[in-house]
Amino acid sequence: MIYLDNAATTMAMPEVLEAMAPYFTQAYANPSSVYSFAADNKKAIDDARHIIAESLNAADNEIFFTAGGTESDNWALIGAFEANSQKGSHIITTRIEHHAVLHTCEYLESRGAEITYLDVDEFGIIDINQLEAAIRPDTILVTVMYANNEIGTLQPIKEIGQITKKHGVIFHTDAVQAYAHLPIDVDDLNIDLLSASAHKLYGPKGIGFLYVRKRTKIANFVHGGAQEKGKRAGTENVPGIVGFGEAVRLAIPTREERAAKEVELRDYLIDSVLSRIEYSRLNGHKSQRLPNNANFSFQFIEGESMLLMLDIAGVCASSGSACTSGSLDPSHVLLAIGLAHETAHGSLRLTLNHTTTKEELDYVVGKLEEIIIKLRAMSPLYEDHLKRQKN
Amino acid sequence: MSVYSDKVLDHFESPRNVGEIENASGVGTVGNAKCGDIMRIFLDIGDDGMINDVKFKTFGCGAAIATSSMATELVKGKSIQDALKVTNKAVMEALDGLPTAKIHCSLLAEEAIHAALWDYAQKNGLEIEGLQQPKSDIHEDESEEED
Repeated sequence: MIYLDNAATTMAMPEVLEAMAPYFTQAYANPSSVYSFAADNKKAIDDARHIIAESLNAADNEIFFTAGGTESDNWALIGAFEANSQKGSHIITTRIEHHAVLHTCEYLESRGAEITYLDVDEFGIIDINQLEAAIRPDTILVTVMYANNEIGTLQPIKEIGQITKKHGVIFHTDAVQAYAHLPIDVDDLNIDLLSASAHKLYGPKGIGFLYVRKRTKIANFVHGGAQEKGKRAGTENVPGIVGFGEAVRLAIPTREERAAKEVELRDYLIDSVLSRIEYSRLNGHKSQRLPNNANFSFQFIEGESMLLMLDIAGVCASSGSACTSGSLDPSHVLLAIGLAHETAHGSLRLTLNHTTTKEELDYVVGKLEEIIIKLRAMSPLYEDHLKRQKN
Repeated sequence: MSVYSDKVLDHFESPRNVGEIENASGVGTVGNAKCGDIMRIFLDIGDDGMINDVKFKTFGCGAAIATSSMATELVKGKSIQDALKVTNKAVMEALDGLPTAKIHCSLLAEEAIHAALWDYAQKNGLEIEGLQQPKSDIHEDESEEED
């Protein structure tokens, strides 16, 4: 099997699993307990929090553990909305956010929020001037993802942070795809709130965090005990937190080397596909993209059938076609960058990891060529296209 | 991907009757690229009113390809009247079922056969009993009503 769906999730590192294991059995105490048996667990949480804080140039007490990226996004938006109602209820976001942000925005609209959805250009990048022009006296939050999960496009985070700081607006970024894959310094970038998740960086599923800059006004999210300073109550997921810490500890020093290798393979993949398969295009920006992300559209064919055939060939990938999104419309991201519906239906996302090899990519591109020939041979759209060409 | 039955996967992997028929007796195209499904059926109908041959071309998901393949298998060699009895339910049953979200694919296959028969009737000035002008598209809400 060749797994090229690392934007969906990654395999946990063996070291991560090893670090987590004792906290299920030997050290199973509730960290809130008074007895000394629980002391180690408290320390394990503190250690993980410290590793993560350091990786962002943040303070330990600015990191709050959650159950994952989606929860962190929900908390950032709902928490900022609830805590800043005196200032206003206007939020600025983009059309290409993850559903964790977009559907939370819809929810907040039902509760009286007003949302401005920024357009993106053909590469999926926002217009920084449109952002600044959209800020009003009642704007409480700007939420723009660091890197897009489908097309990998990176946003001008530093410029956004300068603008939000100038206007005194809270800046949240969904960095689920970017964290530990790209360098992030929350002070340098003026980020106030940042969401991340462990399973995108070789850590366990079910654990994430929200970075909350000191003095940022945000309401508590989960009500209960005193865990996470009462902001996000509930007995801590100790094994998950320990695994997250270990994954970050491993990922940060190797980040640059991993990214360089991935960029090289990614560009090799992009060049191979575009040169070997006709009527194909790259979605997203050529260089302003995640190191491990390649996203293509192939005309005249539909994405799900492509994924099924890749699966038969032992390749795991994903698509933005309607059939894979569970709705009639293809990916909102591909439509936002201006693709026609039928082109968006024929999209394919391949996301690499640190173990991906050139040989694997050669195999995948070879299979892809065969699959696309086969699917085009049975596509009425391709037939129509060939007839139009003849005339 | 195991949301599909073995039969669906078989017809997806090795679709029957893919292609075109030149100077076909009837051609029907239904669906639209916007929703991600287009089916085109070609019929070769003899003077005796029997469907001698049938071919299809489909742009769509695995279920769309499998239902096209199965629908062509079910009408091949049949009389026009018998072909009209090939409903979406018959196609689904022959495929050992479809996931709920894919039921509209079987409706599209039924409609594509009807569209090709309608085209045949129009070309030959015939009226086929029980055949109404097919819709060019099947929407999700209609397929839910069918279920």
